[in-house]
Amino acid sequence: MDARRVRTSLRGWGGVGAMAALCALALAFVLLLPRTQAPHEDGRAAGQRTTAAGQARADGCRDSEAQDQTLSPSGADGPTIDAIKARTGAKRKLVVGVDQNSYRWGYRNPNTEGAELEGFDIDLVHRIAQDILGDPNAVQFKAIPTSQRITAIQDGRVDMVVRTMTITCQRLDEVAFSAPYFKTGQQVLVPKSSSVKGYYDGTLAHQRICTASGSTAYLKLKADREKGTLPATADIRTAVPNQLDCLVRLQLGEVDAVVTDGALAASQAAQDPTLKLVGKPFTTEYYGVAMKSTARDLVRRVNRILVDYRADGWQASYDRWLSATLGKDSRPSEPPAPHYLQAG
Amino acid sequence: MTHPPKGSAAPPGAGPALPALPAVPPQPGPPAARPAPPAARRSAFAEGAERVRAAATTEPGRLRIIGAVLALLVVAFGSVTAWQTSERAAAADDVLHRSQPLSSGAAGIYRSLADANTTASSGFLAGGQETAASRDRYEEDIRTAAAGLVTAAANAEPGSSSEATIARLNRLLPEYKGLIERARTYNRQGYPVGGAYLRYANDKMQNKMLPAAEDLYTKENQRLDADYGHATPYPWAAIALGVLALAALGWAQHRTYRRTNRVLNHGLAAATVATTAALLWLVVGHTLARSGLDGSYDHGIRSMKVLHDARIASLKARGNENLSLVSRGAETITVGGQQYDTYYYHFDRNITALGKGLTQATRLADDRAGSGPVKAAEGNMAVWKQRHAAARAEDENGNYQQALDKVIGGKDATGACFDSVDRNLAHAIDHEQTEFRQTAGDGRDALTGLPVGAAVLAALAAAGALAGIGRRLSEYR
Repeated sequence: MDARRVRTSLRGWGGVGAMAALCALALAFVLLLPRTQAPHEDGRAAGQRTTAAGQARADGCRDSEAQDQTLSPSGADGPTIDAIKARTGAKRKLVVGVDQNSYRWGYRNPNTEGAELEGFDIDLVHRIAQDILGDPNAVQFKAIPTSQRITAIQDGRVDMVVRTMTITCQRLDEVAFSAPYFKTGQQVLVPKSSSVKGYYDGTLAHQRICTASGSTAYLKLKADREKGTLPATADIRTAVPNQLDCLVRLQLGEVDAVVTDGALAASQAAQDPTLKLVGKPFTTEYYGVAMKSTARDLVRRVNRILVDYRADGWQASYDRWLSATLGKDSRPSEPPAPHYLQAG
Repeated sequence: MTHPPKGSAAPPGAGPALPALPAVPPQPGPPAARPAPPAARRSAFAEGAERVRAAATTEPGRLRIIGAVLALLVVAFGSVTAWQTSERAAAADDVLHRSQPLSSGAAGIYRSLADANTTASSGFLAGGQETAASRDRYEEDIRTAAAGLVTAAANAEPGSSSEATIARLNRLLPEYKGLIERARTYNRQGYPVGGAYLRYANDKMQNKMLPAAEDLYTKENQRLDADYGHATPYPWAAIALGVLALAALGWAQHRTYRRTNRVLNHGLAAATVATTAALLWLVVGHTLARSGLDGSYDHGIRSMKVLHDARIASLKARGNENLSLVSRGAETITVGGQQYDTYYYHFDRNITALGKGLTQATRLADDRAGSGPVKAAEGNMAVWKQRHAAARAEDENGNYQQALDKVIGGKDATGACFDSVDRNLAHAIDHEQTEFRQTAGDGRDALTGLPVGAAVLAALAAAGALAGIGRRLSEYR
């Protein structure tokens, strides 16, 4: 099955990929250092980038503050935006990695005419395209599995990923993020008849838990099981390409619980009235738009768009797509006021 | 000319000279002139050998031995012929009525399953709810596959690996159908989890069911080849015995001529004629059967294999074409340092295989009726390739809806080309099937009556040989 294949291929290529990324980064630094003294004011030093995955870093990136590691907003064009604008004809489009399986975030409603994707993330994409290319529909959507979001950016298959992607320190080593545009936290989704009551109360012992491979949920579960805060008997082997595949496994009785972002868990629960979310969100996470680390002008531009979007557009999109699943009150989901890296 | 004093049915070697002795079969060698009473009890074999040696010293004794050997040779020839030809006839029968239909059936199972899956994914791609036509096609495919599995199961050897494969497919089919039904239900409610079910079902089909069906097809083809292998080899043992019997008859007649100066011994001559007839029948009949069967393999089976493989390649290509749009670039594959969309990459390979298959099928087709549909399919494929290139260009430019229209839209979409390829290949397969049945049937018919006929002729020849020798023996009264 796909999940297994992805997992084994990850196991096989993880090391190689990490090494290649390190080499690429080191090379990029050697080449860029002499010329780009100024842009280093953002304080993200080479040391930080070369550290392997971890919770706290030498340079002080803590996951609770990862959302602040972004460049200050600017409307100026740069090499990346110029390249996007230089696309001609049918190719004059922003290439964006999205999800087509997240109910009310990015999905194809089978009951609407045409093949349009729709949802909260998709609204934001249209807004970005409108701003950069002057046409909200100048977008080429690419569906990306959870585990491929980062490689898709690094390989240049997409200009950006707008796909319920949590900003973390580990991911900051590989891609750049915009300021946060949504706040959520991991939650547990179970059938209503389940005895599971929450995440940290030990009721997940002996349960089979499904996560999307490469998701923050999976990494959290793995880390917690090693630390012992998640019972060792919890079976977290089921890692699927997409969080929605977890709903399939849950309904087929192949797993007992799903752990994913509360925002997505609510979307799953909305598709099956026999499921419920249990316990409070046990993490705090922020969604950001992910871009190539070198696309500094694009990051700044998206941050400027987000400032405008928060003021006009965000609430309307929330009301349209998410109020039904996450509640009329949007305050728990609102992103914090953005902090940018000092000089910018 | 004295009349042989024994009835034609009288047991062979019991010469009229010694009616007192029990009428034993020829082999033990009738104790001709002097039946020396055994002095002491010896083994039966030694006793028999002693008697034969004793018998060989006189002419009547020798004649009896010669008669026995001749009869024995002719009877052996007849029975080996009957045995070997009936074995070949049975194998030819299996080719015609069992293994070839089963091999075709296995290809049919594969086709139905793949087509059902492709139809289901097209329905999903189209968005909205599936049309009545696509639902009917899907249901029809599932029914065909289920019926094919029943036939295959009824003909599988108990405990064979084919049986295990069929059981696995039988188990997976309702699972698959269940997933598709769930996908339909959720689709109707507008929930994307319907799409997730479809992906899960597709996974099951691609990674478990189709490989099993392909495995079954391979095994049935092996069985078909094995049946051909049993039906066509020359019956060397029978032919050798026939030649030996003829040689012995000839020698016996030559010996008679030398001793009596009589040219014709009626019995022996009749035996020679009968044996020659049986041998000719054997050689000619088998050669005809063999050429029929070989022809049915070369012109039917080989073409059909190529056509089935081409059809499967075209189905796979269609499936991958659809999936590339379902997955929307989610899956990539790196080949030779170059990154490709997984499904587009496989589509290109499938289409290449289809092209090669069609070229080969044209070469193998031996008449216009056979090559016509293949040529037409080649034309359809060329259009398909063009339209696919256009659709892919749209997709790569991000015009998803336009790409979709070019793939699953109406009669100008690639779907229409695929359907035409499939239909034409079905015609071609039908034609080859008819041709196969005809040639293999002719081959099979060439063996009709041969086992029984050979046995009867051999019996006649044996009787003739004994009568001929008996005629000579009677001169020693």
